[in-house]
Amino acid sequence: MNKYLIIFNIFLYGTLALPAHAALNIFSCEPEWAALAQELAGDQASIYAATTALQDPHHVEARPSLIAKARRAQMVVCTGAELETGWLPVILRESGNPDIAEGKPGYFEAAHYVSMLEVPSRVDRADGDVHAAGNPHIQLDARNFLPIADALAARMSKLDPANSAHYAQRLQSFRQNWQTAIRRWEAQAAPLRGQSVLVQHRAYPYLLNWLGLKQVAELEAKPGMEPSAAHLAQVLSQLQAKPARMVLHAAYQDGKPSAWIAQRARLNAVELAFSVGGNAQAKDLYGLFDDTIARLLAGLK
Amino acid sequence: MIRNIFILLALLAPVCAHAAVEDELRSLREQMQQLELRVQQAGHDSSTSGHPAAGDNSFNPAISLNLSGIYGSFSQNPEVAITGFALSPNDHGYSRSFNLGESELGISANIDPQFRGVATFALEAGGGLGVENAYVQTTSLGNGFNLKMGRFFSGLGYLNEQHAHYWDFVDQPLVYRTFWDNQLGEDGLQLKWLAPTDAYIELGAEVGRGRGHPGTDRQDNNGAGATALYAHLGDDLGVSHSWRAGVSLYQTKRVDAEADAFDVKNSFSGDSRSTGVDFVWKYAPNGNSTMTNFKLQGEYFQRREDGMLTYDTEGTPIPDSYSVTQSGWYLQSVYQFMPRWRAGLRYDQLNSGNAEVGTQLSNYVPASYQFTPTRSTLMFDYSPSEFSRLRLQLTQDNSREELSDNLLFMQYVMSLGAHGGHRF
Repeated sequence: MNKYLIIFNIFLYGTLALPAHAALNIFSCEPEWAALAQELAGDQASIYAATTALQDPHHVEARPSLIAKARRAQMVVCTGAELETGWLPVILRESGNPDIAEGKPGYFEAAHYVSMLEVPSRVDRADGDVHAAGNPHIQLDARNFLPIADALAARMSKLDPANSAHYAQRLQSFRQNWQTAIRRWEAQAAPLRGQSVLVQHRAYPYLLNWLGLKQVAELEAKPGMEPSAAHLAQVLSQLQAKPARMVLHAAYQDGKPSAWIAQRARLNAVELAFSVGGNAQAKDLYGLFDDTIARLLAGLK
Repeated sequence: MIRNIFILLALLAPVCAHAAVEDELRSLREQMQQLELRVQQAGHDSSTSGHPAAGDNSFNPAISLNLSGIYGSFSQNPEVAITGFALSPNDHGYSRSFNLGESELGISANIDPQFRGVATFALEAGGGLGVENAYVQTTSLGNGFNLKMGRFFSGLGYLNEQHAHYWDFVDQPLVYRTFWDNQLGEDGLQLKWLAPTDAYIELGAEVGRGRGHPGTDRQDNNGAGATALYAHLGDDLGVSHSWRAGVSLYQTKRVDAEADAFDVKNSFSGDSRSTGVDFVWKYAPNGNSTMTNFKLQGEYFQRREDGMLTYDTEGTPIPDSYSVTQSGWYLQSVYQFMPRWRAGLRYDQLNSGNAEVGTQLSNYVPASYQFTPTRSTLMFDYSPSEFSRLRLQLTQDNSREELSDNLLFMQYVMSLGAHGGHRF
């Protein structure tokens, strides 16, 4: 009799203990959201990043491994604003996991919590790869992480109420550190204010808007179209009237068009990490912005 | 007794300790709720531009249209069956000069919280409208289950589920043409289950009436006309490599399957059992497939048919036993050597097998052929955007004895409207 009670006791303890120690299983579409989730959850989450900063987040294969990871996820954390429209819906459908379906508490879109830039007044594929909800590359304005972190921490504690206190505490310390860091970055970036830049892809409105840089031209004739020789030549002649200090491209992009124009127009080609893991320095969210601003400042020289 | 009290106390201990921190937790939880409210408010404020459309339009389904056209040039008659496969379908899908390809019109949307509906119509060049897919699928079964009901492409093999606009070549491999009449479509039920494992393990089962070849669209009983079973496995190897492999089984009882062969009309009834293996391996440096990528895929199918063949059903019918095991495979690779540009190579081979032909039939139906049908195909394509593709294809066809041919195709494939993602 006592033996059975002890066994029962062990089981009871086992089940009581489980919710407190079970990590929240998170599937994040891009590495910046994996990094933010890590900041907010610490060791209370098991986080999987579906893509790396060296991959084009517009075009990702709906790989079997991604479907398998989504099958067990309690939460997906993605950019939204149609950035993942070419691959995420397939993964969610194939995963057979209704907890992370669009509209469910387990489905989190970061773009929902920030003010979107470049919301097009007309949506037509003749204009290239435009997103009806606005430009989806929201992760390059550090200030955007504050409302997103608020929302993400709230969502985590909704899905994992046992650890509410933990998420609230980590959110509070993240907010403090991040606000301090933003002040530091803004001070460092003061020389960038008012400077003109070229961009390879229309990926930097949030960064430029935050730091007060001006975009004079894009190397892609239409967003998402490979830069053509004819368009590059046109940009080059345009630079004579409106000069720029540097040309920006992301680590996942082919740097050749930037290098081509940089050489001819005698300006600096700057490769930005674009997300966490885009280069050796951008190993977490703080590193991403430390490195981005350092590279932009180096681009002025 | 004392021991029992001790155990009871041990049981209660964590509960009491729990109560002590409960107050603290509650206040934190309240703080979180307030925060959540604040966040929701902020979300509403920032999305001022995003008012959902009102009225009848607000529940519009996703609509897509795929357009394609083909120019073909070749010299031999394409209607002649592949040597050793006279009883099999031979719908090659091409003709000479300029031709409108098959356009696909797709409509899909969530029906309610439980179901999603999908329909794909094939607008044939001649003016017909075919229902390719028309199914509902569950969206909330959970635990990795997905159930489909209606008309769908079978999930067996690798290529079978892919729609024509996503093919890497103008036409299907020979083994698909002869074994599955290009693509096996079924009317019935499909249940798939994804295992809760780190690697991808998917099991699928289908029952249907046997709509597509080799099924014979049975209407003569209340049971299933065909069943399919398959398993798919897949994973990544590092960040640059990913793969999927599978095994498939398909079984049907064929009843009065008609075929024009040996210069007359024939009919076959009997058991048909197919097995297959498939694999695909994809490589992209750093997993960034936009720049360059490489894909290698291959499939092998074997089919055993055992029953009665009736020769010359319209003249003097001669029935006798007929059984044969046939097989076929293809291997293809596609390499995107720079953004927008791809080149592909495919090799096809079939084995018509040695048939056991009843003595009555042996004068009319050959038991075996001293010929191996093969085909080699080279493809180049250019995609100005992810929605448009222009293709050139050169084929050296040795699938018919003494009718070897060189074929040239030029094709456009374009899609407009909603365009969801493709499967791996």
